[in-house]
Amino acid sequence: MAAILSIRDLRKMYDGGFEALKGVSLDIEEGEILALLGPNGAGKTTLISTVCGITTATSGSVSVGGFDNVSQFRAARALIGLVPQEITLEPFTKVLDTVTFSRGLFGKPANAELIGSILRKLSLWEKRDSRIMDLSGGMKRRVLIAKALAHEPRILFLDEPTAGVDVELRKDMWEIVRELKAGGVTIILTTHYIEEAEAIADRVGVITGGELLLVEAKEQLMARMGQKQLEVQLAKPVEAVPEALSQHNLQLVNGGGGLLYTYDTRAERTGITTLLNDVAQAGLVLSDVQTRESSLEDIFVGLVSTGGDSKGAAEGDAA
Amino acid sequence: MNWTAVATIYKAEMARFWRTFLQSFISPVLSTSLYFVVFGSAIGSRIQEVDGVEYGAFIVPGLVMLSVITQSISNASFGIYFPKFIGNIYEILSAPINFLEVVAGFAGAAATKSLFIGVVILCTASLFVDLSIQHPVAMVAFLVLTCLSFSLMGFIIGIWAGNFEQLQLVPLLVVTPLVFLGGSFYSISMLPPVWQTITLFNPVVYLVSGFRWAFFGQADVPVLLSLCAIGGFTLACMAVIWWIFKTGWRIRA
Repeated sequence: MAAILSIRDLRKMYDGGFEALKGVSLDIEEGEILALLGPNGAGKTTLISTVCGITTATSGSVSVGGFDNVSQFRAARALIGLVPQEITLEPFTKVLDTVTFSRGLFGKPANAELIGSILRKLSLWEKRDSRIMDLSGGMKRRVLIAKALAHEPRILFLDEPTAGVDVELRKDMWEIVRELKAGGVTIILTTHYIEEAEAIADRVGVITGGELLLVEAKEQLMARMGQKQLEVQLAKPVEAVPEALSQHNLQLVNGGGGLLYTYDTRAERTGITTLLNDVAQAGLVLSDVQTRESSLEDIFVGLVSTGGDSKGAAEGDAA
Repeated sequence: MNWTAVATIYKAEMARFWRTFLQSFISPVLSTSLYFVVFGSAIGSRIQEVDGVEYGAFIVPGLVMLSVITQSISNASFGIYFPKFIGNIYEILSAPINFLEVVAGFAGAAATKSLFIGVVILCTASLFVDLSIQHPVAMVAFLVLTCLSFSLMGFIIGIWAGNFEQLQLVPLLVVTPLVFLGGSFYSISMLPPVWQTITLFNPVVYLVSGFRWAFFGQADVPVLLSLCAIGGFTLACMAVIWWIFKTGWRIRA
Protein backbone atom coordinates (compact mmCIF):
# COMPACT_ATOMS: atom_id res chain seq x y z
CA MET A 1 0.00 0.00 0.00
CA ALA A 2 1.12 3.56 -0.67
CA ALA A 3 2.17 5.87 2.15
CA ILE A 4 -0.43 8.59 2.68
CA LEU A 5 1.72 10.34 5.25
CA SER A 6 5.45 10.52 4.99
CA ILE A 7 7.54 12.09 7.73
CA ARG A 8 11.26 12.60 7.08
CA ASP A 9 13.86 13.42 9.71
CA LEU A 10 11.50 15.70 11.59
CA ARG A 11 13.13 17.77 14.30
CA LYS A 12 11.61 20.19 16.74
CA MET A 13 13.61 22.32 19.11
CA TYR A 14 11.51 24.58 21.32
CA ASP A 15 12.65 28.09 22.17
CA GLY A 16 13.85 27.05 25.59
CA GLY A 17 16.29 24.62 23.94
CA PHE A 18 14.23 21.50 24.63
CA GLU A 19 14.44 19.09 21.71
CA ALA A 20 11.04 17.43 21.52
CA LEU A 21 11.63 15.56 18.26
CA LYS A 22 15.06 14.25 17.35
CA GLY A 23 14.79 13.32 13.72
CA VAL A 24 11.63 11.24 13.40
CA SER A 25 11.01 9.43 10.12
CA LEU A 26 7.81 7.51 9.58
CA ASP A 27 5.63 6.30 6.73
CA ILE A 28 1.97 5.69 7.34
CA GLU A 29 0.05 3.57 4.91
CA GLU A 30 -3.37 4.46 3.65
CA GLY A 31 -6.17 2.80 5.57
CA GLU A 32 -4.13 1.56 8.53
CA ILE A 33 -4.45 2.28 12.22
CA LEU A 34 -1.12 3.21 13.72
CA ALA A 35 -0.79 3.57 17.47
CA LEU A 36 2.03 5.73 18.77
CA LEU A 37 2.93 4.47 22.21
CA GLY A 38 5.08 6.40 24.60
CA PRO A 39 5.26 7.86 28.09
CA ASN A 40 4.24 11.43 28.90
CA GLY A 41 6.58 13.95 27.33
CA ALA A 42 7.80 11.46 24.70
CA GLY A 43 7.02 13.82 21.84
CA LYS A 44 3.76 12.26 20.66
CA THR A 45 1.74 15.48 20.75
CA THR A 46 4.59 17.53 19.29
CA LEU A 47 4.78 15.07 16.39
CA ILE A 48 1.07 15.37 15.70
CA SER A 49 1.09 19.16 16.14
CA THR A 50 3.95 19.53 13.71
CA VAL A 51 2.25 17.42 11.06
CA CYS A 52 -0.98 19.39 11.48
CA GLY A 53 0.67 22.81 11.33
CA ILE A 54 0.10 23.86 14.94
CA THR A 55 3.81 23.69 15.65
CA THR A 56 6.54 24.69 13.21
CA ALA A 57 9.23 22.09 12.56
CA THR A 58 12.86 23.09 13.13
CA SER A 59 13.89 20.89 10.22
CA GLY A 60 12.70 17.90 8.23
CA SER A 61 9.67 17.46 6.01
CA VAL A 62 6.15 16.12 6.11
CA SER A 63 4.25 15.02 3.04
CA VAL A 64 0.51 14.42 3.28
CA GLY A 65 -1.04 12.64 0.32
CA GLY A 66 1.93 13.85 -1.71
CA PHE A 67 1.60 17.48 -0.60
CA ASP A 68 4.25 19.23 1.47
CA ASN A 69 2.67 20.41 4.73
CA VAL A 70 4.38 23.84 4.54
CA SER A 71 4.62 24.88 0.89
CA GLN A 72 1.33 23.16 -0.04
CA PHE A 73 -0.35 23.56 3.33
CA ARG A 74 -3.85 24.02 1.95
CA ALA A 75 -3.92 20.72 0.09
CA ALA A 76 -2.06 18.91 2.88
CA ARG A 77 -4.20 20.17 5.76
CA ALA A 78 -7.44 19.54 3.87
CA LEU A 79 -6.72 15.81 4.17
CA ILE A 80 -6.19 15.86 7.94
CA GLY A 81 -8.60 15.80 10.84
CA LEU A 82 -7.31 16.33 14.37
CA VAL A 83 -8.83 15.31 17.68
CA PRO A 84 -6.77 17.04 20.37
CA GLN A 85 -5.90 15.57 23.71
CA GLU A 86 -7.48 18.30 25.81
CA ILE A 87 -11.17 19.09 25.61
CA THR A 88 -10.98 22.46 23.92
CA LEU A 89 -14.47 23.57 23.00
CA GLU A 90 -16.23 26.89 23.31
CA PRO A 91 -18.67 26.27 26.16
CA PHE A 92 -21.53 28.45 24.90
CA THR A 93 -21.91 27.10 21.38
CA LYS A 94 -24.28 24.34 20.39
CA VAL A 95 -23.13 20.94 19.20
CA LEU A 96 -24.52 21.30 15.68
CA ASP A 97 -23.11 24.82 15.29
CA THR A 98 -19.59 23.93 16.36
CA VAL A 99 -19.45 20.88 14.08
CA THR A 100 -20.81 22.91 11.16
CA PHE A 101 -18.20 25.58 11.94
CA SER A 102 -15.40 23.03 11.61
CA ARG A 103 -16.56 22.03 8.14
CA GLY A 104 -16.77 25.64 6.99
CA LEU A 105 -13.33 26.42 8.36
CA PHE A 106 -11.91 23.86 5.95
CA GLY A 107 -13.64 25.65 3.09
CA LYS A 108 -16.17 22.90 2.45
CA PRO A 109 -19.70 23.86 1.43
CA ALA A 110 -22.43 23.26 4.00
CA ASN A 111 -23.76 19.71 4.03
CA ALA A 112 -26.43 19.23 6.67
CA GLU A 113 -26.97 15.62 5.66
CA LEU A 114 -23.34 14.68 6.20
CA ILE A 115 -23.11 16.53 9.53
CA GLY A 116 -26.32 14.78 10.58
CA SER A 117 -24.91 11.37 9.75
CA ILE A 118 -21.66 12.10 11.63
CA LEU A 119 -23.63 13.20 14.69
CA ARG A 120 -25.82 10.10 14.54
CA LYS A 121 -22.82 7.81 14.19
CA LEU A 122 -21.31 9.37 17.31
CA SER A 123 -24.62 9.24 19.23
CA LEU A 124 -24.71 13.04 19.33
CA TRP A 125 -27.80 13.67 17.22
CA GLU A 126 -30.11 13.91 20.23
CA LYS A 127 -27.76 16.48 21.73
CA ARG A 128 -27.34 18.59 18.60
CA ASP A 129 -29.04 21.61 20.13
CA SER A 130 -27.36 21.29 23.53
CA ARG A 131 -24.69 23.72 24.54
CA ILE A 132 -21.20 22.28 25.00
CA MET A 133 -21.17 23.30 28.66
CA ASP A 134 -24.18 21.06 29.31
CA LEU A 135 -22.51 17.91 27.97
CA SER A 136 -20.68 15.19 29.90
CA GLY A 137 -16.93 14.71 29.41
CA GLY A 138 -17.50 11.69 27.20
CA MET A 139 -19.95 13.57 25.01
CA LYS A 140 -17.48 16.42 24.64
CA ARG A 141 -14.87 13.99 23.37
CA ARG A 142 -17.37 12.75 20.81
CA VAL A 143 -17.98 16.35 19.74
CA LEU A 144 -14.23 16.77 19.19
CA ILE A 145 -14.27 13.70 16.96
CA ALA A 146 -17.32 14.95 15.08
CA LYS A 147 -15.58 18.29 14.49
CA ALA A 148 -12.50 16.54 13.16
CA LEU A 149 -14.61 14.42 10.80
CA ALA A 150 -16.81 17.26 9.55
CA HIS A 151 -14.59 18.05 6.57
CA GLU A 152 -14.28 14.39 5.55
CA PRO A 153 -10.55 13.95 6.23
CA ARG A 154 -8.65 10.99 4.87
CA ILE A 155 -6.30 10.95 7.83
CA LEU A 156 -7.47 11.27 11.40
CA PHE A 157 -5.17 12.03 14.32
CA LEU A 158 -6.47 11.04 17.73
CA ASP A 159 -4.26 12.42 20.47
CA GLU A 160 -4.84 10.24 23.51
CA PRO A 161 -8.53 9.80 22.80
CA THR A 162 -9.12 7.72 25.90
CA ALA A 163 -7.00 9.51 28.49
CA GLY A 164 -9.11 9.85 31.61
CA VAL A 165 -12.05 8.09 30.02
CA ASP A 166 -13.98 5.28 31.73
CA VAL A 167 -13.87 1.70 30.45
CA GLU A 168 -17.28 1.85 28.82
CA LEU A 169 -16.47 4.96 26.83
CA ARG A 170 -13.05 3.64 25.93
CA LYS A 171 -14.67 0.62 24.30
CA ASP A 172 -17.08 2.91 22.48
CA MET A 173 -14.12 4.92 21.20
CA TRP A 174 -12.43 1.79 19.91
CA GLU A 175 -15.63 0.84 18.12
CA ILE A 176 -15.79 4.27 16.52
CA VAL A 177 -12.18 3.99 15.39
CA ARG A 178 -12.85 0.59 13.83
CA GLU A 179 -15.85 1.97 11.96
CA LEU A 180 -13.80 4.87 10.66
CA LYS A 181 -11.15 2.50 9.43
CA ALA A 182 -13.83 0.45 7.70
CA GLY A 183 -14.85 3.69 5.98
CA GLY A 184 -11.32 4.04 4.59
CA VAL A 185 -9.91 6.62 7.01
CA THR A 186 -6.26 6.30 8.00
CA ILE A 187 -5.93 6.66 11.76
CA ILE A 188 -2.98 7.65 13.87
CA LEU A 189 -3.63 7.57 17.58
CA THR A 190 -1.36 8.24 20.48
CA THR A 191 -1.72 6.47 23.76
CA HIS A 192 0.20 5.31 26.74
CA TYR A 193 -2.03 2.33 27.25
CA ILE A 194 -0.55 -0.82 25.76
CA GLU A 195 -4.02 -2.43 25.82
CA GLU A 196 -5.34 0.29 23.61
CA ALA A 197 -2.75 -0.36 20.94
CA GLU A 198 -3.43 -4.05 21.31
CA ALA A 199 -7.15 -3.63 20.88
CA ILE A 200 -7.27 -1.56 17.73
CA ALA A 201 -3.94 -0.91 16.03
CA ASP A 202 -2.55 -2.57 12.92
CA ARG A 203 0.93 -1.27 13.61
CA VAL A 204 2.51 0.15 16.71
CA GLY A 205 5.22 2.79 16.92
CA VAL A 206 7.11 3.39 20.12
CA ILE A 207 8.32 6.90 20.81
CA THR A 208 10.30 8.15 23.77
CA GLY A 209 12.56 11.13 24.37
CA GLY A 210 11.68 12.53 20.94
CA GLU A 211 12.86 9.44 19.10
CA LEU A 212 10.85 6.82 17.31
CA LEU A 213 12.35 3.62 18.62
CA LEU A 214 10.55 1.23 16.36
CA VAL A 215 7.45 0.72 14.28
CA GLU A 216 6.19 -2.76 13.67
CA ALA A 217 3.11 -4.89 13.23
CA LYS A 218 1.13 -5.28 16.40
CA GLU A 219 1.37 -9.06 16.53
CA GLN A 220 5.16 -9.03 16.54
CA LEU A 221 5.29 -6.42 19.23
CA MET A 222 2.72 -8.10 21.41
CA ALA A 223 4.72 -11.29 21.39
CA ARG A 224 7.49 -9.41 23.15
CA MET A 225 5.33 -7.38 25.41
CA GLY A 226 3.78 -10.54 26.82
CA GLN A 227 7.08 -11.69 28.31
CA LYS A 228 7.71 -11.69 31.99
CA GLN A 229 10.65 -12.70 34.17
CA LEU A 230 10.87 -14.75 37.32
CA GLU A 231 13.97 -14.47 39.44
CA VAL A 232 14.74 -17.26 41.83
CA GLN A 233 17.16 -16.17 44.53
CA LEU A 234 19.27 -18.95 45.95
CA ALA A 235 20.37 -19.39 49.54
CA LYS A 236 23.78 -20.51 48.27
CA PRO A 237 25.22 -19.21 45.01
CA VAL A 238 26.02 -21.67 42.23
CA GLU A 239 28.75 -21.46 39.60
CA ALA A 240 26.64 -22.57 36.66
CA VAL A 241 23.04 -23.44 35.89
CA PRO A 242 22.68 -27.04 37.07
CA GLU A 243 22.37 -29.61 34.28
CA ALA A 244 18.98 -30.76 35.56
CA LEU A 245 17.55 -27.29 34.84
CA SER A 246 18.97 -26.83 31.35
CA GLN A 247 15.59 -27.35 29.66
CA HIS A 248 14.30 -24.14 31.25
CA ASN A 249 16.77 -21.83 29.48
CA LEU A 250 17.77 -20.10 32.68
CA GLN A 251 20.21 -17.26 33.00
CA LEU A 252 22.59 -16.96 35.87
CA VAL A 253 22.35 -13.56 37.58
CA ASN A 254 23.74 -11.79 40.66
CA GLY A 255 27.04 -13.62 40.39
CA GLY A 256 25.37 -17.02 40.66
CA GLY A 257 23.06 -15.94 43.47
CA GLY A 258 19.98 -16.05 41.27
CA LEU A 259 18.39 -17.78 38.32
CA LEU A 260 16.38 -15.82 35.79
CA TYR A 261 13.49 -17.47 33.99
CA THR A 262 11.70 -15.75 31.10
CA TYR A 263 8.18 -16.87 30.26
CA ASP A 264 5.21 -15.85 28.18
CA THR A 265 2.17 -14.78 30.13
CA ARG A 266 -0.04 -15.57 27.16
CA ALA A 267 1.10 -19.16 26.84
CA GLU A 268 -1.23 -21.87 28.06
CA ARG A 269 1.39 -22.92 30.59
CA THR A 270 3.98 -20.60 32.04
CA GLY A 271 6.16 -23.51 33.19
CA ILE A 272 6.65 -21.98 36.61
CA THR A 273 5.40 -24.99 38.58
CA THR A 274 7.67 -27.38 36.71
CA LEU A 275 10.60 -25.02 37.12
CA LEU A 276 10.15 -24.67 40.85
CA ASN A 277 9.77 -28.45 41.22
CA ASP A 278 12.94 -29.02 39.21
CA VAL A 279 14.81 -26.41 41.25
CA ALA A 280 13.83 -28.21 44.47
CA GLN A 281 14.77 -31.59 43.03
CA ALA A 282 18.15 -30.26 41.96
CA GLY A 283 18.76 -29.67 45.64
CA LEU A 284 18.82 -25.86 45.46
CA VAL A 285 17.43 -23.89 48.40
CA LEU A 286 15.40 -20.80 47.60
CA SER A 287 15.71 -17.66 49.66
CA ASP A 288 13.24 -15.56 47.65
CA VAL A 289 11.25 -15.47 44.45
CA GLN A 290 10.20 -12.40 42.53
CA THR A 291 8.64 -11.64 39.18
CA ARG A 292 8.99 -8.51 37.13
CA GLU A 293 7.56 -7.12 33.99
CA SER A 294 9.65 -4.69 32.01
CA SER A 295 7.90 -1.43 31.25
CA LEU A 296 7.47 -0.36 27.66
CA GLU A 297 10.21 2.13 28.08
CA ASP A 298 12.63 -0.37 29.68
CA ILE A 299 12.16 -2.80 26.84
CA PHE A 300 12.69 -0.34 24.06
CA VAL A 301 15.41 1.75 25.61
CA GLY A 302 17.17 -1.59 26.07
CA LEU A 303 16.53 -2.42 22.44
CA VAL A 304 18.05 0.79 21.22
CA SER A 305 21.13 0.60 23.39
CA THR A 306 21.89 -2.96 22.31
CA GLY A 307 20.71 -2.82 18.72
CA GLY A 308 21.95 0.56 17.60
CA ASP A 309 19.54 0.60 14.71
CA SER A 310 16.24 0.45 16.52
CA LYS A 311 14.23 -0.82 13.61
CA GLY A 312 16.60 -3.68 13.00
CA ALA A 313 16.81 -4.77 16.61
CA ALA A 314 16.59 -8.52 16.93
CA GLU A 315 13.56 -9.90 18.67
CA GLY A 316 15.63 -12.18 20.84
CA ASP A 317 17.11 -9.18 22.61
CA ALA A 318 13.83 -8.19 24.10
CA ALA A 319 13.32 -8.38 27.82
CA MET B 1 -8.77 32.98 -0.95
CA ASN B 2 -10.86 30.52 1.06
CA TRP B 3 -14.03 32.63 1.29
CA THR B 4 -16.07 29.86 2.87
CA ALA B 5 -13.62 29.83 5.79
CA VAL B 6 -13.70 33.63 6.06
CA ALA B 7 -17.50 33.59 6.13
CA THR B 8 -17.47 30.76 8.68
CA ILE B 9 -15.23 32.65 11.12
CA TYR B 10 -17.17 35.86 10.50
CA LYS B 11 -20.52 34.23 11.17
CA ALA B 12 -19.29 32.47 14.31
CA GLU B 13 -17.94 35.74 15.68
CA MET B 14 -21.14 37.59 14.80
CA ALA B 15 -23.14 34.85 16.52
CA ARG B 16 -21.42 35.82 19.77
CA PHE B 17 -22.52 39.40 19.17
CA TRP B 18 -26.15 38.42 18.58
CA ARG B 19 -26.13 36.27 21.70
CA THR B 20 -25.42 39.39 23.71
CA PHE B 21 -27.30 41.73 21.40
CA LEU B 22 -29.37 43.52 23.99
CA GLN B 23 -26.28 44.32 26.01
CA SER B 24 -24.39 45.37 22.86
CA PHE B 25 -27.23 47.70 21.94
CA ILE B 26 -28.30 49.15 25.26
CA SER B 27 -24.85 49.88 26.64
CA PRO B 28 -23.77 52.41 23.94
CA VAL B 29 -27.23 54.01 23.86
CA LEU B 30 -27.12 54.48 27.61
CA SER B 31 -23.56 55.79 27.81
CA THR B 32 -24.10 58.20 24.89
CA SER B 33 -27.26 59.52 26.49
CA LEU B 34 -25.34 60.06 29.73
CA TYR B 35 -22.60 61.96 27.91
CA PHE B 36 -25.24 64.21 26.38
CA VAL B 37 -26.98 64.81 29.65
CA VAL B 38 -23.68 65.72 31.35
CA PHE B 39 -21.63 67.39 28.64
CA GLY B 40 -24.35 68.42 26.26
CA SER B 41 -26.97 69.86 28.58
CA ALA B 42 -25.53 70.36 32.06
CA ILE B 43 -22.08 71.66 31.14
CA GLY B 44 -22.47 72.24 27.42
CA SER B 45 -25.14 74.88 27.91
CA ARG B 46 -22.51 77.01 29.65
CA ILE B 47 -19.93 76.51 26.93
CA GLN B 48 -19.92 78.78 23.94
CA GLU B 49 -19.95 77.43 20.43
CA VAL B 50 -16.73 75.79 19.32
CA ASP B 51 -15.60 76.79 15.83
CA GLY B 52 -19.12 77.96 15.16
CA VAL B 53 -20.66 74.62 16.15
CA GLU B 54 -22.92 74.17 19.16
CA TYR B 55 -20.96 72.24 21.82
CA GLY B 56 -23.50 69.41 22.04
CA ALA B 57 -23.12 68.72 18.33
CA PHE B 58 -19.36 69.37 18.41
CA ILE B 59 -18.69 66.41 20.70
CA VAL B 60 -20.71 63.90 18.63
CA PRO B 61 -17.87 62.87 16.25
CA GLY B 62 -15.47 62.50 19.19
CA LEU B 63 -18.02 60.50 21.13
CA VAL B 64 -18.57 58.15 18.20
CA MET B 65 -14.81 57.75 17.76
CA LEU B 66 -14.33 57.04 21.47
CA SER B 67 -16.88 54.22 21.41
CA VAL B 68 -15.89 52.84 18.03
CA ILE B 69 -12.18 52.70 18.88
CA THR B 70 -12.79 51.13 22.29
CA GLN B 71 -15.31 48.64 20.93
CA SER B 72 -13.16 47.64 17.94
CA ILE B 73 -10.21 46.90 20.16
CA SER B 74 -12.17 45.03 22.78
CA ASN B 75 -14.21 42.99 20.28
CA ALA B 76 -11.26 41.96 18.16
CA SER B 77 -8.86 41.30 21.02
CA PHE B 78 -11.43 39.19 22.86
CA GLY B 79 -12.40 37.40 19.64
CA ILE B 80 -8.92 35.97 19.08
CA TYR B 81 -7.86 35.76 22.72
CA PHE B 82 -10.84 33.57 23.68
CA PRO B 83 -9.91 30.61 21.40
CA LYS B 84 -6.33 31.02 22.57
CA PHE B 85 -7.50 30.88 26.19
CA ILE B 86 -9.83 27.90 25.67
CA GLY B 87 -7.36 26.12 23.40
CA ASN B 88 -9.60 25.68 20.38
CA ILE B 89 -7.29 27.90 18.35
CA TYR B 90 -5.76 24.57 17.29
CA GLU B 91 -8.61 24.31 14.83
CA ILE B 92 -7.73 27.59 13.14
CA LEU B 93 -4.03 26.80 13.06
CA SER B 94 -4.58 23.38 11.50
CA ALA B 95 -7.16 24.50 8.95
CA PRO B 96 -6.20 25.13 5.30
CA ILE B 97 -6.41 28.91 5.68
CA ASN B 98 -3.82 31.69 5.60
CA PHE B 99 -3.40 34.71 7.87
CA LEU B 100 -5.37 37.02 5.61
CA GLU B 101 -8.42 34.77 5.85
CA VAL B 102 -8.16 34.45 9.63
CA VAL B 103 -7.83 38.22 10.03
CA ALA B 104 -10.61 38.96 7.54
CA GLY B 105 -12.96 36.76 9.56
CA PHE B 106 -12.05 37.97 13.05
CA ALA B 107 -11.29 41.65 12.40
CA GLY B 108 -14.13 41.87 9.86
CA ALA B 109 -16.64 40.71 12.47
CA ALA B 110 -15.19 42.99 15.16
CA ALA B 111 -15.33 45.95 12.77
CA THR B 112 -18.94 45.14 11.87
CA LYS B 113 -19.94 45.12 15.52
CA SER B 114 -18.30 48.44 16.28
CA LEU B 115 -19.70 49.96 13.09
CA PHE B 116 -23.14 48.94 14.27
CA ILE B 117 -22.49 50.54 17.63
CA GLY B 118 -21.19 53.70 15.93
CA VAL B 119 -24.40 53.97 13.95
CA VAL B 120 -26.48 53.40 17.08
CA ILE B 121 -24.63 56.23 18.83
CA LEU B 122 -25.15 58.55 15.87
CA CYS B 123 -28.85 57.79 15.89
CA THR B 124 -29.04 58.34 19.65
CA ALA B 125 -27.14 61.62 19.32
CA SER B 126 -29.51 62.85 16.65
CA LEU B 127 -32.27 62.64 19.26
CA PHE B 128 -30.44 65.23 21.39
CA VAL B 129 -28.85 67.58 18.87
CA ASP B 130 -29.25 68.72 15.29
CA LEU B 131 -26.71 66.80 13.29
CA SER B 132 -25.69 67.92 9.86
CA ILE B 133 -23.33 65.78 7.87
CA GLN B 134 -21.62 67.85 5.18
CA HIS B 135 -19.55 65.07 3.65
CA PRO B 136 -21.48 61.81 4.14
CA VAL B 137 -19.20 59.67 1.96
CA ALA B 138 -16.10 60.83 3.86
CA MET B 139 -17.96 60.30 7.14
CA VAL B 140 -18.72 56.66 6.24
CA ALA B 141 -15.16 56.14 4.95
CA PHE B 142 -13.62 57.48 8.18
CA LEU B 143 -15.99 55.42 10.30
CA VAL B 144 -15.37 52.19 8.41
CA LEU B 145 -11.60 52.69 8.27
CA THR B 146 -11.44 53.45 11.98
CA CYS B 147 -13.48 50.34 12.83
CA LEU B 148 -11.25 48.22 10.63
CA SER B 149 -7.87 49.59 11.68
CA PHE B 150 -8.60 49.43 15.40
CA SER B 151 -10.03 45.95 15.00
CA LEU B 152 -6.69 44.98 13.48
CA MET B 153 -4.95 46.57 16.44
CA GLY B 154 -7.28 44.69 18.78
CA PHE B 155 -6.44 41.46 16.98
CA ILE B 156 -2.74 42.10 17.67
CA ILE B 157 -3.46 42.84 21.33
CA GLY B 158 -5.49 39.62 21.58
CA ILE B 159 -2.58 37.60 20.25
CA TRP B 160 -0.07 39.42 22.44
CA ALA B 161 -2.10 39.11 25.66
CA GLY B 162 -1.11 36.28 27.96
CA ASN B 163 -4.02 36.74 30.36
CA PHE B 164 -7.24 38.68 30.77
CA GLU B 165 -5.46 41.45 32.67
CA GLN B 166 -3.15 42.18 29.75
CA LEU B 167 -6.15 42.10 27.47
CA GLN B 168 -7.50 45.13 29.34
CA LEU B 169 -4.14 46.83 29.80
CA VAL B 170 -3.57 48.48 26.43
CA PRO B 171 -7.15 49.72 25.96
CA LEU B 172 -7.17 51.09 29.51
CA LEU B 173 -3.70 52.57 29.79
CA VAL B 174 -3.04 53.65 26.23
CA VAL B 175 -6.17 53.94 24.15
CA THR B 176 -8.51 55.69 26.57
CA PRO B 177 -6.03 58.53 27.38
CA LEU B 178 -5.17 58.93 23.72
CA VAL B 179 -8.83 59.21 22.76
CA PHE B 180 -9.69 61.59 25.59
CA LEU B 181 -6.64 63.74 24.83
CA GLY B 182 -7.20 63.46 21.09
CA GLY B 183 -9.61 66.34 20.83
CA SER B 184 -12.77 64.28 21.22
CA PHE B 185 -14.32 66.88 23.51
CA TYR B 186 -12.42 70.03 22.52
CA SER B 187 -10.77 71.72 19.58
CA ILE B 188 -6.98 71.67 19.53
CA SER B 189 -7.02 75.43 19.04
CA MET B 190 -8.36 75.71 22.60
CA LEU B 191 -5.04 74.37 23.99
CA PRO B 192 -1.95 76.42 24.92
CA PRO B 193 0.54 76.57 21.97
CA VAL B 194 2.96 74.01 23.45
CA TRP B 195 0.24 71.44 23.88
CA GLN B 196 -1.05 72.13 20.41
CA THR B 197 2.29 70.83 19.10
CA ILE B 198 2.56 67.91 21.54
CA THR B 199 -0.94 66.75 20.78
CA LEU B 200 -0.02 66.32 17.11
CA PHE B 201 1.91 63.19 18.15
CA ASN B 202 -1.36 61.61 19.20
CA PRO B 203 -2.66 59.57 16.25
CA VAL B 204 -6.25 59.83 17.46
CA VAL B 205 -6.15 63.60 16.82
CA TYR B 206 -6.05 62.91 13.08
CA LEU B 207 -8.98 60.53 13.25
CA VAL B 208 -11.22 62.79 15.30
CA SER B 209 -10.26 65.82 13.26
CA GLY B 210 -10.99 64.12 9.93
CA PHE B 211 -14.22 62.64 11.21
CA ARG B 212 -15.36 65.97 12.56
CA TRP B 213 -14.54 67.59 9.23
CA ALA B 214 -16.93 65.16 7.55
CA PHE B 215 -19.68 66.51 9.80
CA PHE B 216 -18.98 70.22 10.07
CA GLY B 217 -16.44 70.99 7.34
CA GLN B 218 -13.87 72.13 9.90
CA ALA B 219 -10.71 70.31 10.92
CA ASP B 220 -7.75 70.75 13.27
CA VAL B 221 -5.39 69.11 10.77
CA PRO B 222 -5.68 68.79 6.97
CA VAL B 223 -8.15 66.09 5.93
CA LEU B 224 -5.70 64.44 3.58
CA LEU B 225 -3.26 64.07 6.46
CA SER B 226 -6.03 62.44 8.48
CA LEU B 227 -6.72 59.95 5.71
CA CYS B 228 -3.03 59.20 5.30
CA ALA B 229 -2.67 58.70 9.06
CA ILE B 230 -5.48 56.17 9.30
CA GLY B 231 -4.41 54.47 6.05
CA GLY B 232 -0.84 54.19 7.33
CA PHE B 233 -2.04 52.86 10.67
CA THR B 234 -4.12 50.17 8.91
CA LEU B 235 -1.15 49.11 6.80
CA ALA B 236 1.16 49.04 9.82
CA CYS B 237 -1.29 46.76 11.68
CA MET B 238 -1.55 44.46 8.65
CA ALA B 239 2.24 44.25 8.46
CA VAL B 240 2.47 43.31 12.14
CA ILE B 241 -0.22 40.63 11.72
CA TRP B 242 1.52 39.26 8.64
CA TRP B 243 4.73 39.02 10.70
CA ILE B 244 2.87 37.32 13.57
CA PHE B 245 1.56 34.57 11.31
CA LYS B 246 4.86 34.27 9.49
CA THR B 247 6.84 33.73 12.67
CA GLY B 248 4.06 32.16 14.71
CA TRP B 249 4.74 34.68 17.50
CA ARG B 250 2.57 33.81 20.51
CA ILE B 251 0.31 31.52 18.49
CA ARG B 252 2.43 28.75 17.04
CA ALA B 253 5.16 27.05 19.05
